[in-house]
Amino acid sequence: MTIADDAPLAPVVDEEEAARARRDRINRIAKWTLPSLVMVFSILAWHLYVTINDIPHYILPGPMLVAQSIIDDWGLLWPAMLTTTRLTVLALLFAILGGVALAVAFTQSRWAEMSFFPYAVILQVTPVVAIAPLLQIYVESAFLAALLCAWIVAFFPILSNTTIGLKSADHNLEDLFTIYGATRWQRLRYLAAPSALPYFLGGLKIAGGLALIGAVVAEFVIGRAGTGLGLASTLLEASYRFNFGRLYAALILISTMGIVIFAITSLISHLALRKWHESALNRDT
Amino acid sequence: MTPIAQRPPLLTMSHIEKTFSGDVVALKDMNLTVNEGDFLSLLGPSGCGKSTVLRLISDLMHPTRGKINWVGGQGSDDLGVVFQEPTLMPWATVAQNVFLPFRLKGVSYASVRDDIFEALKLVGLENFQAAYPRELSGGMKMRVSIARAMVTKPRLILMDEPFAALDEITRFKLNNDLLELKAAIDCTVIFVTHSVFESVFLSDRIVVMAARPGRVIHELEVDTPYPRHEDFRTSAEYAAHTRAASEALGEAIGVAA
Repeated sequence: MTIADDAPLAPVVDEEEAARARRDRINRIAKWTLPSLVMVFSILAWHLYVTINDIPHYILPGPMLVAQSIIDDWGLLWPAMLTTTRLTVLALLFAILGGVALAVAFTQSRWAEMSFFPYAVILQVTPVVAIAPLLQIYVESAFLAALLCAWIVAFFPILSNTTIGLKSADHNLEDLFTIYGATRWQRLRYLAAPSALPYFLGGLKIAGGLALIGAVVAEFVIGRAGTGLGLASTLLEASYRFNFGRLYAALILISTMGIVIFAITSLISHLALRKWHESALNRDT
Repeated sequence: MTPIAQRPPLLTMSHIEKTFSGDVVALKDMNLTVNEGDFLSLLGPSGCGKSTVLRLISDLMHPTRGKINWVGGQGSDDLGVVFQEPTLMPWATVAQNVFLPFRLKGVSYASVRDDIFEALKLVGLENFQAAYPRELSGGMKMRVSIARAMVTKPRLILMDEPFAALDEITRFKLNNDLLELKAAIDCTVIFVTHSVFESVFLSDRIVVMAARPGRVIHELEVDTPYPRHEDFRTSAEYAAHTRAASEALGEAIGVAA
């Protein structure tokens, strides 16, 4: 029996695979274009709603007015944004330093963990809004008080995730390190730290968002007493003055900051894990 | 190959007893002499303390009673271990994984680059040095694990059911390769398994253990000389040895029940 004689001469096209490739291509484009379209239409609808119904700007400013405010008030908004950014980034930085250092201490010493972990939890579960006024009394600099607030909020997910991560090393690898006589430092450096990396980066993503939230809350509470701090203080002040154009402008900038922080922490996580971790894998099919 | 009786002893276990909390007796009056050059299989049902023996030898655990004695003392390079899982570091490349035993001794990568290449070449993975474990198949990961265990040229390699999770075709292939490897680096192997066939094909000594309490009940010798090839699996000799080992194992299970 000769099968070759019956074989088709044209290259075989698998309909299912071709359809899948087509779908993937469309998905790749749609992932960006669809949300962009939604945004364009929303802004358009917002603009039409405001102009057709003649909504006064102190109830809902139109998108044009908000855009105008961003441009006109840039001299005011830009320094405010810098302050909020500094607050957020510093809080996140200290959260990383404190969270990782404490997590390492916890995993190196059971006694340290037993003694201090409950207090880290208490610090976390006490609403930062309730602590802020106290900090305002005891800490002279408004910036420093706000920084402390944002730090308290951001630090816990780093501590908690890193602690779990440092303990998550493969047990057989632990045994292997023991057999080869690894020192404490080698165990931490070559086993516990890489095992903890995905957990730490997960914590970092959460902490990035929380640092911004902490900064905004702190500015609301602490910046109120005329000590204009950053964007959130500007937003609050604009609301007192019924300057809704500026209020919306500040809101948009805060939201943009949140998006940028999320994008940066996601990118860091992707770059650090793409070679080996399951979470960063692109499935072939 | 030196006959078993003439091999110098490498390690002796005398009157070993291990009792876990809750009065579980894992091992009772265990006596075993491992000779230089042995390929020794520990064969027995689950719960007979096979893995406990390996943990005691690798000093991850200490006997409740009795003594383990390395003849001529134990050097830091004397032991290599292969677990049931490949146990590789997923964040490190194949070469870095094999480098681990040296790294933990503070040896620089440059000075052992050739040893790492040689070890990987012996397991047929010299072209995968820069690959990450997730890019490898189960059998290849196990080969990396074996390369890591032997890269320091240890006197004794402990293997705890290393091929149990692999498919039969891969397992047969790795069985053959393991025999070649052992001949190439001239070491002693203690191999834990619950497969009669695997123990007969690989080893020249089979120590059969029974459970509750874990102890040695039989010792068999497989006198077929190395090198053994795939045709050994279908020989009458092999059949006779597997029958003897099966009977011993049957007794071990019967005794335990």
